[in-house]
Amino acid sequence: MAEELRIVLRNADKIDASNINDYIKAGGYTALEKARRMEPRAVIEEVKKANLRGRGGAGFNAGLKWSFVPPAETKYVVCNLDEGEPGTYKDRTIVQKDPQTLLEGMAICAHAIGSRQGYIYCRGEYPYLVEHLNNAIAQAKAAGVLGDFDIEVRMGGGAYVCGEETALIESIEGHRGEPRFKPPFPGVAGLWAQPTVVNNVETFANLPEIINKGADWFASIGAASYPGTKVLTLTGDVVNRIAIEVPTNTTIRQVIYEFGGGIRNGRKFKAVQIGGTSGGFIPESLLDTPIDFDSMRNIGATLGTGAVFVMDDTRDIVDIVTRIAKFFEHESCGKCNPCREGTFRCYEIMKKINRGAATARDIDNITVLARVMQKAALCGLGQAAPGPIMTTLQHFRHEYERKLLS
Amino acid sequence: MANYRDIIARYQDKPGGIIEAYHALQREFNYIPREAVKEVARVFRLSEAQAYGVATFYSYLSVEPRGNYIIRMCESAPCHIAGADEIIKAFERELGIKVGQTTPDGKFTLELTECVGQCQGTPVITINSVPHVGITPDQIPAILALCK
Ligand SMILES: Cc1cc2nc3c(=O)[nH]c(=O)nc-3n(C[C@H](O)[C@H](O)[C@H](O)COP(=O)(O)O)c2cc1C
Ligand code: FES
Repeated sequence: MAEELRIVLRNADKIDASNINDYIKAGGYTALEKARRMEPRAVIEEVKKANLRGRGGAGFNAGLKWSFVPPAETKYVVCNLDEGEPGTYKDRTIVQKDPQTLLEGMAICAHAIGSRQGYIYCRGEYPYLVEHLNNAIAQAKAAGVLGDFDIEVRMGGGAYVCGEETALIESIEGHRGEPRFKPPFPGVAGLWAQPTVVNNVETFANLPEIINKGADWFASIGAASYPGTKVLTLTGDVVNRIAIEVPTNTTIRQVIYEFGGGIRNGRKFKAVQIGGTSGGFIPESLLDTPIDFDSMRNIGATLGTGAVFVMDDTRDIVDIVTRIAKFFEHESCGKCNPCREGTFRCYEIMKKINRGAATARDIDNITVLARVMQKAALCGLGQAAPGPIMTTLQHFRHEYERKLLS
Repeated sequence: MANYRDIIARYQDKPGGIIEAYHALQREFNYIPREAVKEVARVFRLSEAQAYGVATFYSYLSVEPRGNYIIRMCESAPCHIAGADEIIKAFERELGIKVGQTTPDGKFTLELTECVGQCQGTPVITINSVPHVGITPDQIPAILALCK
């Protein structure tokens, strides 16, 4: 029987999350003290060596990202709590159960890059988290643990694209949340054109334990190329719809059957979509794949945010993908043509297929369109939007063909 | 009810504070009134078109008047397969309005939303941003009765 391994959720349900004293009694803020006794350079090296890769989806080495930050008077640490990827509730869970571990992680990053101002960009749908975080920040300030590092919470407005780091920065600046052209990357010129590190909640929440227990400890957990744990959120037709934290060499099958308790109502498995609504669909034959970033990529899927959306054998794949296509059409910000027009046409063609009015020609068209979007869209939204269509055409093509006009 | 000018003034010195100001306005009025958008434009030194452009970019913000209780149904894929369509139909029947509309007494507004991050309990609705999970169509009259 596989077991959970809790690093970011180590205090979950064990401490009173609204009381900093509980966190401190559980060893909280010792890592920050330790980091502050280290040279900033050494903290960056430690995180780099731990090979902590971003938990927000792109999987970039956090220490390496920090090392690109040039010297500057003002630098910012930004936490991405936009969590807009459908099926994902991990960052909410982390913050609800242990907000101080996020603040401590951000403060460790601030010391490493030399920043005095942090922002947490919290999605508008989580107003109760904004309150919870403001309370946690006030307690941390009162206790003096943050030193001269300040953290402010800003609210998003229900735009999925604002999870993209440069759109997020635009939004904090008070603009429409449209992604910027890269380069320059935020690490060099981000918020108000100053060097800015943007990391996901879960990435920051890993830092206290990495500093306390060391890079070697962390690097030895789970899959070698994407070490540590991942918080996964189970949804759909799985018995246990819960958040779990497991080593990254855990297989998809273990996640669904051992932690998830298998398929609901005694039904059979059909498909699982991992990583959120932009993730690939995975058939039964690939369930023994470990969940780590690279293993998932090797099967044409993604780890993404770690959302695990399970579908039983009664589910209509084409109908679900049509719903997903509507999501992207709605969330495309409209800045670039391949995404604005592409998500619109994808939805149009998917609706046509779903209502039984399409021919094989439509499938050819959507396939070409998908390739164009993957190559030409400005940001990850338009690039990833065709993923669910392409992976279901690959693994569940018969479900499409069944709906075609003969 | 607070004056919109006072609300906006609280954010004028905050860099990028326009979105925070919009949230505060919406908390007070349930939407962002047209005169408030004008005032925001003046205070943050933007054209009215720009201020309006920011407000309308964000689906969580509304520039249309809405009811006292804003009911939003999540229609993302996990909620979709858990029966979101039936819940929506039941709300429409019970309230006598369509999605996007407000009841004539100004009490309820019915909207769709994408995932609200409570997918452990699909299907999910929010009422004035408070999530309610595991909703079934037969619970709806009781849920509406709780909105006084
Ligand atoms: C359309 C889109 C939405 C995204 N949404 C999120 C999000 O909600 N949360 C997040 O942490 N990263 C999100 N990302 C990834 C961010 O751009 C960025 O890579 C991440 O915040 C970096 O943090 P990490 O390296 O710690 O993962 C999104 C990217 C795209 C293209
Ligand atoms: S999918 Fe409906 S709350 Fe997440």
